[in-house]
Amino acid sequence: MKYLPLIWATLWRKKTRTIFTLLSIVIAFLLFGVLETVDYAFSHPSGGVSGADKLITINKYSITLALPFSDTQQIRSVPGVAEVTWITWFGGYYQEPKNFVFALPIDTDTYFNLHKDEFIVSDAEMQAFRNTRTGALVNVALMKTFGWKVGDKVPLHSTIWTQKSNGSLEWSFDIVGTFDAKDPTQASQQASSLLFHYEMFEEGRSFGKGSVGWFEDRVSDPSQSLEVAQRIDALFANSSNETKTQPAKDFTMAFIKQLGDIGFILRAILGAVFFTLLFLTGNTMMQSVRERIPELAVLKTLGFSDGKVLLLVIAESLLLCVTAAVIGLALSYGALPIIKRGLQGVELLPSALLPGFAVAVILALIVGAPPALRAMRLNIVDALADKH
Amino acid sequence: MSEAVVTLRNVVKRYTRGKQSVEVLQGLNLDIAAGEFVALMGPSGSGKTTLLNLIGGLDTATSGEISVAGQRLDQLNSGGLARWRANHVGFVFQFYNLMPMLSAQRNVELPLLLTKLSAAQRRANALAALTLVGIADRAKHKPNELSGGQAQRVAIARALVADPTLLVCDEPTGDLDRKSADDVLHLLQVLNREHGKSVVMVTHDPKAAEFASRQLHMDKGALLESGTLAA
Repeated sequence: MKYLPLIWATLWRKKTRTIFTLLSIVIAFLLFGVLETVDYAFSHPSGGVSGADKLITINKYSITLALPFSDTQQIRSVPGVAEVTWITWFGGYYQEPKNFVFALPIDTDTYFNLHKDEFIVSDAEMQAFRNTRTGALVNVALMKTFGWKVGDKVPLHSTIWTQKSNGSLEWSFDIVGTFDAKDPTQASQQASSLLFHYEMFEEGRSFGKGSVGWFEDRVSDPSQSLEVAQRIDALFANSSNETKTQPAKDFTMAFIKQLGDIGFILRAILGAVFFTLLFLTGNTMMQSVRERIPELAVLKTLGFSDGKVLLLVIAESLLLCVTAAVIGLALSYGALPIIKRGLQGVELLPSALLPGFAVAVILALIVGAPPALRAMRLNIVDALADKH
Repeated sequence: MSEAVVTLRNVVKRYTRGKQSVEVLQGLNLDIAAGEFVALMGPSGSGKTTLLNLIGGLDTATSGEISVAGQRLDQLNSGGLARWRANHVGFVFQFYNLMPMLSAQRNVELPLLLTKLSAAQRRANALAALTLVGIADRAKHKPNELSGGQAQRVAIARALVADPTLLVCDEPTGDLDRKSADDVLHLLQVLNREHGKSVVMVTHDPKAAEFASRQLHMDKGALLESGTLAA
C-alpha cells in the first residue's frame, strides 16, 4: 500500500493517454459483462417449463410446424403420461413491438393441472377467469410494467394470428385477475406472461384451426421421462405429423440453439475485442515504460531492486486493468435490467460477471509482463547516460 | 587522518563495444577519508563519471577491489548493491532526476519507501530533510514548479533523507546559473563540514571545485592528485 501513491502518480503521468486506455478497457469489460451474462443464461437455462416431470412434444421437423389437436388423446393414452395440455405461440405485443407479451392461449383445466403448485392465483380470480371467455390472467410484474389494473380491457397485437371476424391482428382481453410464481426463482420466467382461453383463440383465429403449436406433457414418474418420450414419438412415427418429445430443459436449450451457437458467437466477439485490447494496452504500457527509463533508473539508484521495479510496473498494469474492469463490469451490472427487457424469460445472473475479475488480472499480467521485464533488466548507467 | 570511507585498489574498468575493448580506468588506487569533500575533475572521457559510478555502486569493476563504507562492493550482486545503495549512498545528478509527477515531499520520501518507517515518519523525515536544505516551503510543489536551484535542493534532500554515509554528486551545478550553483555548493559544504557527510563530486567547473577540501584530476583513466585544500 505504501507504494500506491507512487504507482497512482505514475499511472496519471500522461492523463489523456491513461483516460483513453482506461475507457477502452471499460468498454471491453462492459461488453464482456453483458455478453458473458447472456451466454451464461443461454447455456444454463432454468427451463421455460420447470420441473423434471415435464416433457415437450413438438413437430419433429420444426417447432414452427403445427401438430393436430387430435394427437392430445393419443398422447394421454401413452403409459406414463399423467397430463397433457396444448399451447400455440401467439407472438403478442402491447402497443409497440418492443413491448413483448408472452401471451399464451391455454386450456384452463389441463394447463393448471399440469402446472399445479407453480402459480399463486386467488380462487375468486381463477373463477372469474373461468367464467369470462375473453378473460386474461396477467402476471403481477407485467401488470406493473404497463400499469394495468384488474378490470382493464387490453389490446394485444399478434404477429401471426388474424381474427376471422375482421382480419385484424388486434386481440382484446379483459383482465380478470393476476398471478405470481410460487417459486421465486421462476419469477423472471413468468414476468411477461398473460394467459387467455384457448377456446377464444381457436374460435377467433382465421386459420390453423384444429392445430396446436406444441404439447406439454407431465409424466407420473420423472425417472421414466426419456422412456415416456420415446413412447410418445413411437406413436407418431411414420405418420404425416411425426413428433419429437424431450424433457422441458432440453427443449429450452434446443430452442435457443435455433438462434445459432450463441456461445460460439459471443466468445468470438469477446475474443476479437480482447485480442485488440491486448495489443492496445500492451503498446501503451511499453510506451509508458520507454518514456520513464531514466526515472526507473533513478529508482534503482535509490536502492529499488530489479525485482521491486518489476513489481512496480506489474502493479501499475494491475491497477489500470482492474480499476477499468470494475467500472466496466459495474456498468454491465447496471445494464442487466435493460437487457432483461429484451430477453424475456431469460434469467440473467450477476454472478456470471465474476469471471471478469480474473480476466482483468490475466490481462494485466500479460500486458504488464514485457515492460516490467524491460524495466527489471534496465542497466542504470546506460539508462542515465541515454537521458543526456 | 580519518578512516577511509572509500578505498580502491588496482581498479580496472573495461567496456566492450562490439569487437572493441576500451579500458576506461587503468589500475586505479584511491583512498577517501571519512568527512572529506572531494572534487573529481578532468576532460570528457577521462573516466571520472565511471569512477563515480563505481564508488556509488551503480556499476561494477572489471577487476580490482572497491570498498565503500566498510563494504566490498566487488563482492556484491545486483540485489546486494541495491540494498547497499539504499543504506549508504545518496546521489545528486546534474539534471536533478526528480519524478515529475510527484511533489517535492513525495520525491524526498522515495528512498524511505524501502524502510520500515510509517507513513507519518516518512513524511516527517522528508520535511526535516527539506528544512535542512532550506526548501520546506516548497514541499507540495511539483518539480516543474521549482527553479533549477530549488529542484537541485530537493534532489539533495532526497539524497540525504536516508542518512547515507556518502554523497555522490555528478555535476550537481552543471545545469544551474552562477548564483544557484554557489547556493548548492555552499549547501554541500555545510553538509560536509557541519554534518560530517563525505562528498565525492564530479565537476568541470574550477569554481565548484574550490568548495571541495581535496581535488583529484583524472586523465585517460588515471588519477592525478592536485592537492588538498585548506579546510
